[in-house]
Amino acid sequence: MTVPVLLILGLMAAAWVIPLLWTFATSLRPPDQSVAVGSWLTTDMTFSNFQRALDYAPFGRYFINTVIIVVGVLAMQLVTATLAGFVFARMNFPGRDLIFLLFLLQLMVPAEALVVPNYTTIRMLKLVDNPIAIMLPYVASAFGTFLIRQTFRQVPKELEEAAVIDGCTTMQTLWKVFIPLARPTLVAFGLVSVSYHWNNFFWPMIVTNDPNRRPLTVGLALFAKAVEAGADWSLVTAGTVIVILPLLAVFLIFQRQFISSFMQSGIK
Amino acid sequence: MAEPVVQPKGQTAAKRGTVSTGWWRPYLMLSPALVLLLAFTIYPMLSAGYMSLFKINLATKQQMVFNGLGNYKELLASPAFHQVMKNTVLFAFGTVPFSLGLAMFLAIQLNKRFKGSAIFRTLFFYPTVIPMMSAATIWLFMYTPQYGIINRFLGFFGLPDINFLGSSTWALPAIMMMTVWKDAGYFMLFYLAGLQNLPAELYEAAELDGANGWVQFRRLTFPLLMPTTLFVSTVSLINSFKTVDQLFLMTGGGPNNATNLLLFNLWELAFSFHDKGMAATLTVVLVVILLILAVIQNQYVDKKIHYN
Repeated sequence: MTVPVLLILGLMAAAWVIPLLWTFATSLRPPDQSVAVGSWLTTDMTFSNFQRALDYAPFGRYFINTVIIVVGVLAMQLVTATLAGFVFARMNFPGRDLIFLLFLLQLMVPAEALVVPNYTTIRMLKLVDNPIAIMLPYVASAFGTFLIRQTFRQVPKELEEAAVIDGCTTMQTLWKVFIPLARPTLVAFGLVSVSYHWNNFFWPMIVTNDPNRRPLTVGLALFAKAVEAGADWSLVTAGTVIVILPLLAVFLIFQRQFISSFMQSGIK
Repeated sequence: MAEPVVQPKGQTAAKRGTVSTGWWRPYLMLSPALVLLLAFTIYPMLSAGYMSLFKINLATKQQMVFNGLGNYKELLASPAFHQVMKNTVLFAFGTVPFSLGLAMFLAIQLNKRFKGSAIFRTLFFYPTVIPMMSAATIWLFMYTPQYGIINRFLGFFGLPDINFLGSSTWALPAIMMMTVWKDAGYFMLFYLAGLQNLPAELYEAAELDGANGWVQFRRLTFPLLMPTTLFVSTVSLINSFKTVDQLFLMTGGGPNNATNLLLFNLWELAFSFHDKGMAATLTVVLVVILLILAVIQNQYVDKKIHYN
């Protein structure tokens, strides 16, 4: 590790982290000094911006909505992906290859591209503003299915046969043998799924009209748009900090798991 | 319920590693996923394909009229579409090499596992964890004329203010830069994984042969990482076609459509202009592009497996 390279890395790391630090610093400045020239940390540091942000927009409500969506999606994804993954890993049946192709298609055509027809479907089902609407296009996760299928394929056949000999039905075998062995994969998938859905903006924005049904991303966007017009940057940055601080905290604590989950699922 | 006696063709109950089953059980277990898959992936594709054959515009009260491939002809001839495609392609080819180059450089350096490399890894990866929308608010602030840190930085060198997001020349590069900032750490992970698979003996042999760092990179690392590079570049390309979040907050597709990318244009057509026919047409175009990219990606993933 030569000195020049270390220097370059240092400069790049600074470039990467300065936006974050700048945001934190500005969120602590009094509104009239939000863009004042001078040192980053002034003596007038205040937490009042956070209170103002919370008064301006229901971030607590947004948080709850996001949690509902994220937990709901993950729970349903785990059910569908585990069942489907098991079927593809261990079962043969007519039409299997065609259905496999359909799953592959889902992997290749992301939900973002299909927002227009899907929105029409949601309206038809009268599910606009319902958290379920935000979840539905993502519940059948081909990505999760293939990940789990790959893991299940590696389960030793002897364990499975032993369970069958012990009198287990298919579902019992799945529950008692396969799922416990797939736990690391399920955790990795869970982390990736939570990350994605917590941060998802486009589709949730399209299917929510009611301000009280918005998740954090949509709430933040509309909050920033409204406030930005008045150039109250200490308020905008305070709102941003409210949204990202929990994420960064969780990330810092569980860094290793995060990074290994992303790496594991990235290699597929 | 009794186990069905009828077995699918060519299958015995004692087939190793396969649970003895009729055809109803797999379908039952698949049904939750399959129903949703059909409803929210397959049906929408077909529906968009069908709708794209009609002229229908809620804003202009255009009634639903069959138009064959007319919508496609109109789209391909429209200057707005040319602008959008140009923007999207520029965006893709601007961000992909940059992100990958940075990611590869960072991965190679951080793979050396020196003291503090884990901290660096965190610093480069954290933008992946926050929503694109919050990255957008951060960079919206950073790009502000006069007060934003970037213009302050320019002012420090005596350079004039640039209204990045308000200028049709600078807006797209500005969006590109923040996207690279957000994504490079994520691709760095792919390269880190790829590097871990490289055999150490090759490098030891290279050292013995007197090859320095740059030569090692050019002749060993870069070629050996090619499968990763190809795979990551298709991921990155596909991501560029899905870019939309930051546009809502930072530019609204402007100024003058300078940052109007494909998916944003799609949203505009459907929800702003209420041109349902064109929205469906553009949906089909986008789906076809993504399918092509995905097929290319599948090819390279296969090659990668063979390579290893």
